[in-house]
Amino acid sequence: MSGGDLREIRSSDDVVRVRQEVRARAQALGFSLVDQTKIVTAASELARNTLDYGGGGTVRLIELRNGARTGLRLEFEDQGPGIPDTEQALRDGFTSGRGLGLGLGGARRLSNEFELVSQLGQGTRVSITRWK
Amino acid sequence: MNRIPILRLGKALLVTIQVDMHDELALALEQDLTQKIWATGARGVLIDISALEVVDSFIGRMLHAIASVSRVLDAETVVVGMRPAVAITLVELGLELPGIRTALDVERGMTLLSRRDEEAEGDVERR
Repeated sequence: MSGGDLREIRSSDDVVRVRQEVRARAQALGFSLVDQTKIVTAASELARNTLDYGGGGTVRLIELRNGARTGLRLEFEDQGPGIPDTEQALRDGFTSGRGLGLGLGGARRLSNEFELVSQLGQGTRVSITRWK
Repeated sequence: MNRIPILRLGKALLVTIQVDMHDELALALEQDLTQKIWATGARGVLIDISALEVVDSFIGRMLHAIASVSRVLDAETVVVGMRPAVAITLVELGLELPGIRTALDVERGMTLLSRRDEEAEGDVERR
């Protein structure tokens, strides 16, 4: 396991770049086309959340190799206002912005592992992992 | 700023989305398309997404907005060419594009639109 690579998310062009890099990594790791599409879509939702609600932040891309298992972990982090009620935020249909309210819940469904930590006034960290 | 071209195809308009969309481009497309429907009296809008490898809720929202505005201007939107992996992902994401018609390719999309048009003309004649 490596420490991963850190990428900035400061503009909607960065969201596009994150999507492209996640795609390239998943491809290189040998993910199936459907699995690639799932993690890229989840990454797209979370990168946009980081930008729109977190006021920008970073994503760390970590390639995982645990014995026979290969995976890709993405850790999104921002220093934004945080999420007051994470349970509510994970529910579909909940949105505080212009979205359809599928971002967080959808990203969780598209991942094998999902972790959300948020502190009011401190920021939010979302980690997703998809195994090959 | 780049803009997505809108082509005329019979009584319909055809938009082929080939680039990675970002906010400004999506907004520009919505406005251009609305203007073009009004200017040409188009009865349908075909949005070809066969080049898109990812459809997230942002794109979903854009498709919804286009379909809603088009409907108000009496044009029906058909999304065509969705890739299988995208379809699987959309359903898992919970984004099933309610209220938007889909077709496998542009040709079938056109057939769908012309059928609707014929029905509408039939209604007028019966009256």
